[in-house]
Amino acid sequence: MGAHHDDLHDAAEPHGRALRLGIGGPVGSGKTALVAALCRSLGPSLRLGVVTNDIYTTEDADFLRRAGVVDPERILAVQTGCCPHTAIRDDIAANLDAVETLEERFGPLDLVIVESGGDNLTATFSRGLADRQIFVLDVSGGDKVPRKGGPGVTSADLLVVNKTDLAPMVGADLTVMSRDAAAVRDGKPVLFTSIREDRGAHSVAEWVTHMVDAWRREHGEPHHHAVQSAVQSAARQAPAS
Amino acid sequence: MTAVTARALIRTEAAGGGRTRLETLRSDPPLTLRQTGPRRVHLVSTGAGPLRGDHLELGVDVAPGTSLEVRSVGATLVLPGLADTPSVMVVRARVGAGATLHFSPEPTVLAAGCVHRLVVRLSLAEDATVFWREEIVFGRHGERPGRGRARFDATVAGRPLLRQDLLVGEEAVDGSPAVYGDARCVGSTLIAGPAWAPPAVPDVKRERRAALGDGWAALPLAGPGVQVCALGADAVQLRERLRRGEEAAATSPPTTPPATSAPDG
Amino acid sequence: MNGDAALLLLADSRLPAGGHAHSGGVEEAVRRGTVTGAGDLARFLRGRLATAGLVTAALAAAACELAAVDSGGSAGRELRAACDPGPPPADDAADGVPLWRRLDAEADARTASPAQRGAARTQGRLLLRTARRMWPSAALDALARAVPEGPHHPVALGAAAASAGCAPRQAALAAAYTSVTGPATAAVRLLGLDPVTVHRLLADLAPALEDTAHVACASLDDAVPADDEPDGCGAGHHQGRQPGRHPERQAAWQAARWHALPGHSAPALDLLAEGHLTNPMKLFVS
Repeated sequence: MGAHHDDLHDAAEPHGRALRLGIGGPVGSGKTALVAALCRSLGPSLRLGVVTNDIYTTEDADFLRRAGVVDPERILAVQTGCCPHTAIRDDIAANLDAVETLEERFGPLDLVIVESGGDNLTATFSRGLADRQIFVLDVSGGDKVPRKGGPGVTSADLLVVNKTDLAPMVGADLTVMSRDAAAVRDGKPVLFTSIREDRGAHSVAEWVTHMVDAWRREHGEPHHHAVQSAVQSAARQAPAS
Repeated sequence: MTAVTARALIRTEAAGGGRTRLETLRSDPPLTLRQTGPRRVHLVSTGAGPLRGDHLELGVDVAPGTSLEVRSVGATLVLPGLADTPSVMVVRARVGAGATLHFSPEPTVLAAGCVHRLVVRLSLAEDATVFWREEIVFGRHGERPGRGRARFDATVAGRPLLRQDLLVGEEAVDGSPAVYGDARCVGSTLIAGPAWAPPAVPDVKRERRAALGDGWAALPLAGPGVQVCALGADAVQLRERLRRGEEAAATSPPTTPPATSAPDG
Repeated sequence: MNGDAALLLLADSRLPAGGHAHSGGVEEAVRRGTVTGAGDLARFLRGRLATAGLVTAALAAAACELAAVDSGGSAGRELRAACDPGPPPADDAADGVPLWRRLDAEADARTASPAQRGAARTQGRLLLRTARRMWPSAALDALARAVPEGPHHPVALGAAAASAGCAPRQAALAAAYTSVTGPATAAVRLLGLDPVTVHRLLADLAPALEDTAHVACASLDDAVPADDEPDGCGAGHHQGRQPGRHPERQAAWQAARWHALPGHSAPALDLLAEGHLTNPMKLFVS
């Protein structure tokens, strides 16, 4: 076989392209609310794109479009055929295609957020798709969730515990959650937030900004022709409607 | 009874002043042709059939700038026969530059026990316009269909526009919810011409949306045309559904309004 | 090497090329109530294989043959080297770009439904992306250049098969196989069917899968160049007889036979594909 370009790297060549941030977590933990909050906080300073992986096709994408936090054209929805975790971990082709479509269409971008469909505690993003990932829990799931661990809780670059305003009502002990998370996360950061009260999720936005800055320092300023897709993705994916 | 071979031909020519004259009208029984209007020809079946072993060919040549309408008086009933070979009906049609052809014979009924092949080769010039309807009924009332295969090839200036085979009476397709479901007949109408060309947006390939109804769809093709496809419980319902689709396809071409008018008919 | 192992990789539902998100019309058939259980599903799959499955198998075989002769596979390169010892040509025409466009147009002509064309191109684009990293080849590069929005899935599949070392018959078999396994898996998820029951249906289809691949290849082998279609890709003067061993001529001669490939249509699949787009709660892309 004629090897014209043996690219065995994990993800697309990182040089000069946007940071790809995966946001995962169980159903109802507030992933879409976090994406909206980040768009609100970061939209003024960063060039954004968003890919959603809904169970029902376009629900999250529609929510974000209605929220008006980002240009609707910059949101693409990926269908996952009943298996949201497959689309972010085992077969990431459709998500990569969507990410590169956004970069092609609106590039250069600073940050592309890929929101997973609500799934279980074992769902994590492939390194081929996300450069960094956030896992979102909420306190109403019970304060034992961090202790139970699972790849999402243990390996995500940032663990976000959302809906802290509900803690007294559901009897969740935030100190227990904090201590357990620290124990299983090997020093990686944990942030507590209530997006209902802090509509910009500012602590998370600050962390993301650091990540984007560090990414840019390491891999250079994003530029438009950086899309190193396996296909020269003139990908013509129509925006989900 | 021996097998029949027949070749009939219709050819138009421009008669000046934008008029069409029938230059050739050659019947060859059982393919009998009658002129029924200035630009209209009816196919009049003489004799039963076709039967197995028969080979019938109809040539249609629409000269540049002319216009022709071809219809038939009644349905074609394809019957079984003694020969081992299938009955074959071939229609070769050429539509010249700026010419218009409207081809809408009555349905072909595949009677039990028949084995039939229908072959259509439709060759369009770059700016020719065509309306081509085809209806197949799976057997007479209450009977199982015979076996049939219809091949349809349409090209525009040599480029493929539509290539389809319909299989009827084969175990794999009969009753399959993927093919005909519980329909008893299938039909399609190709409406093609420059007015139905896809938008020439150079770098974005976005498919045009189909119009969809109960048992029919008007499907914009990748090339300059729309195919209406329909399924029906009987020939009446099929025709009604095709008509709806044809209306949807003809009244709202999926692109900018047509420069030329829709085919008369 | 006979390509068997590569064929397994190519046909595996775990191939990361986006196939898991396509139901091939099953989701809409379930929504409409025309597929409700294993019996309907069996008839659905058999009909799908006899129509869309055969067409994709033939297109995949044609693409595999083109990729092998054109420039991608080792056979093609040897052939080219034997005829022309100079450096490999770099321009589009010599790389077969017009031929790939023509084959893709043949796929378009066999896919009346815009929803189905869209789904086929999405799957083709994703497969091509994956295949170019798994089995890099000049043929896949040429195909990506020829159809940047994404080739039809069977065209990408055939080209990928050739690049992986498969023969046209294996490409056809992979296409036939994926034409029914994706819908079968979707039905398991959507209807909660017993997965073993559904795999039994697939096992029953095994002889039909082999037949489909055989018929697909026969349609390619038996075809003769069109005698009445002026050809857009310059094959017109190679009509009738098999040309010599000159690769460009051979490829052009191949292309002139594509008109005769099967085009078995399934009106219900067309209606289902278009209806699926109107479903606001859909789980699958198609």
